[in-house]
Amino acid sequence: MSEEFDPRTERTRLAVAGARSATMAALRDRPTGEAVRSRIFQALIMFAVSVALLGLAALLIDAFVEGEGSLSLNLLTEPTSRDADNAGFRTAILGSLWLIGGVILLVVPLGVGAAIYLEEYANRERWWNRIIELNIQNLAGVPSIVYGILGLAFIVRGPLDLGFVLAAGSMTLGLLVLPTVIIAAREAIRAVPPSIREGSLALGATQWQTVRRQVLPAAVPGILTGVILAISRAFGEAAPLLLLGAATFITADPSDPFSGDFTALPVLIYEEAKQAQPELRELAAAGIIVMLVVLLAMNSFAIWLRNRYEQKW
Amino acid sequence: MEAQSIGASSPDGITRRLEAPSRRWGEKAIYLALALCAFLSVITTTAIVIALLGPAFGFFQEVSPGDFFLKTEWAPAQALFGVLPLVLGTLSVVLWGLVFAVPIGLGAAIYLSEYATPRVRRIVKPVLEVLAGIPTVAIGFFGVSLVTPLLQDIWPGEFLGGPPGFFNAGAAALCVGLMIVPIISSISDDAMRSVPSGLREGAYALGASKMRVALRVVFPASLSGTVASIVLAFSRAVGETMIVILVAGNTPNLTLNPVEPIQAMTAYIGVTATGDIATGTIEYDTVFAVGALLFAITLVANLISIRLVRKYREVYE
Amino acid sequence: MTEQERRTEAQRAGSEGDRRGLSQAIAVEQERPSKGLKRETLFELEDVAVLYDGNPAVREITFDVFKNQITALIGPSGCGKSTLIRCFNRMNDLIPSATVEGKILYHGEDLYGPKVDPVQARKLIGMVFQKPNPFPKSIYDNIAFGPRTLGMKGDMDEIVERALRRGALWDEVKDRLGDNAYGMSGGQQQRLCIARCIAVEPDVILMDEPCSALDPISTGKIEDLMMEIKDDYSIVIVTHNMQQAARVSDMTAFLIVELDASEKNRTGRIVEYDETEKIFTNPSDSRTEDYVTGKVG
Repeated sequence: MSEEFDPRTERTRLAVAGARSATMAALRDRPTGEAVRSRIFQALIMFAVSVALLGLAALLIDAFVEGEGSLSLNLLTEPTSRDADNAGFRTAILGSLWLIGGVILLVVPLGVGAAIYLEEYANRERWWNRIIELNIQNLAGVPSIVYGILGLAFIVRGPLDLGFVLAAGSMTLGLLVLPTVIIAAREAIRAVPPSIREGSLALGATQWQTVRRQVLPAAVPGILTGVILAISRAFGEAAPLLLLGAATFITADPSDPFSGDFTALPVLIYEEAKQAQPELRELAAAGIIVMLVVLLAMNSFAIWLRNRYEQKW
Repeated sequence: MEAQSIGASSPDGITRRLEAPSRRWGEKAIYLALALCAFLSVITTTAIVIALLGPAFGFFQEVSPGDFFLKTEWAPAQALFGVLPLVLGTLSVVLWGLVFAVPIGLGAAIYLSEYATPRVRRIVKPVLEVLAGIPTVAIGFFGVSLVTPLLQDIWPGEFLGGPPGFFNAGAAALCVGLMIVPIISSISDDAMRSVPSGLREGAYALGASKMRVALRVVFPASLSGTVASIVLAFSRAVGETMIVILVAGNTPNLTLNPVEPIQAMTAYIGVTATGDIATGTIEYDTVFAVGALLFAITLVANLISIRLVRKYREVYE
Repeated sequence: MTEQERRTEAQRAGSEGDRRGLSQAIAVEQERPSKGLKRETLFELEDVAVLYDGNPAVREITFDVFKNQITALIGPSGCGKSTLIRCFNRMNDLIPSATVEGKILYHGEDLYGPKVDPVQARKLIGMVFQKPNPFPKSIYDNIAFGPRTLGMKGDMDEIVERALRRGALWDEVKDRLGDNAYGMSGGQQQRLCIARCIAVEPDVILMDEPCSALDPISTGKIEDLMMEIKDDYSIVIVTHNMQQAARVSDMTAFLIVELDASEKNRTGRIVEYDETEKIFTNPSDSRTEDYVTGKVG
């Protein structure tokens, strides 16, 4: 056999040897390749976190930059108008507030009631209770626009036939966030230790007396936090309302939930964001700022509530 | 001593009443009322199904399922009912969105659970949650106002057919991706943290680096939770409406190319069912047919993720 | 002496010493005038068994509990004492997998009869738990909860004060009735729970290892309390502390735990039930003797 000097293999071997020594020299305190890769990996995942945080920051900054020109107290006092200079969000903000007022009325009794039933009364073994639980978990993941279809078919038209009114919007949004309330309320109720219930029952209280006078009062902070979180979600929802006839350029303040057109802040922002005119786009950004401020206030309140009233068992 | 009290020192002879003073109708009524509240969830699901299936059924009397699922042109006004463009439109946004969100979300999760100090974690995790709470109109606006122009600026020449237009699936995908990052990061982080520390410590004791522990020990152990989070994020992305309407446009387009404008299923429903369309027409029914398809897809995805979450919870709890 | 003999000798001396110590304790007890020897039955148990998912936790329980006495249930852990005591106030009803068989008569009436309302039964038969479980409310509201919920008539302030006095807690808390109950020490919390129980004026008070989570001083206070309220309420107490049983109780039941043939299920049963003095100084069964002299745990 000929031992031909193969320049490629020799070159490769030399290259590798050179690279290795160069690497080792450069990374004197990192003698193993694994440590290098580990560092790179760490850099990668920190990059990942940064991208997410940067995205959030960019979003907020962009909204602020675009909209701050339009920011003024007028936004809160002037009704909607096609004239961008005089337009405000009053109609939309009031509409949203009325909407979530209705949502609270619906969602608190129904959600807390369902949670009490599931935690205090339902026998987990029974199939119908398991179906209820499965349904709730499922409904939590149904797209919001499908709730819009539901509202359109059964509340606006269909059996309830309320028409395109605010009450229909409240009911639909209520159904949308109900699973959230139920799940949060269940957590809060579950956190109450069984020894409290035993103590109450051992005194001769009935189950409902125990729930009403011991369990619920202790679970209220957690339930409240959950309700506020659900409301925040409802406040920012636009998709279902599009199907429920949320009008946009109406100027009258809401007065009757069962008649007349209605609108909401996210819907108005959507309409304005769609337009070609830059002034309207600017207005949309201002609206986003208003919306974010309201949400920030709600969530801060929820966090404050939880920290202040949380029961440490 | 009042005669009312059920006293210990009552003289013998008074029968201790062990029977209930009344039939306790109040308790039974309350039980029923509460059960009804819970049963509402079943009623809601049934109502959704009926609301969708009724008109969808009517739709499929007129249009054959073959046409619906296999034809490639969607223009109900011209009696073209191939739903594929809508499905592909949704898929384009969701797929590219996941391509963005999965590495970012998983990276963030690994960071939070394996690398971050408690103090950093206490700040970063809630901040990521803020992302989850941002209304989608705002994200949609962000897409139109910053993401699309940015994409247009940095786009390398003619790649994939040139820079994206005003409406494009890519920007929508990035926005949707950003929206679902918290879902992936939060649930995956929970799953990773619930891996018993004994497993990690064993690996560290053998001299493994953090990367090795994260990738070879923690990640495989938390796999079902992680996959559940991705499936959940998929479902959420599929159901998203405002972002796609604002950023991806409303032109049905049979393509997965991110530079192209598309119309997602949700967008079609959102712009069509706004009340201008006469009820009872075939066009009106298309809304329900597409809605039914949408519901079916998210239902399957949700059931899968519920199953997976139960599995990972079972293993460690 | 060989090592072996020395060891046996020490054991015998030890058990003698134990027995001497116990009989001293009982002699002190006996100096207190007894309340008369006529005994009225409170609970009659006949062949009672409690099963969890079909597996018996206790079985063949047959004995009588007498009025205005302190009856102690003692035995090694796992012998089902807590399970048994929870039968007396129908607390086992709250556990879906539990079934109660056999007959339990309360003042001659079947406690598990079809017409019996467990809620009513619990008004008459109160319970104090192993770990003090005050409600997350003020001291006042803790006591007042029972009377208010049960619709008891009368001035609530008086009812609360009376209960706290009887519960030997009034002097310590009378100036801070509005304070949250969680701020109290463990011993005070347990006395609060006893006072809470007393406030609804029950007939019987069941105590499931009430002192096992408490320090010796609190334990002593509660034992004194038990002796004081014995005249008004009958007390059944589960305790793993033999000396406590010897100190306070009139009658003692000794339970053991047995493995069944398959070696998988543990079931408790009563070995001996008699006057406390007899159980601790001259038990009939050798197993009782082994337990009370500390030969077995």
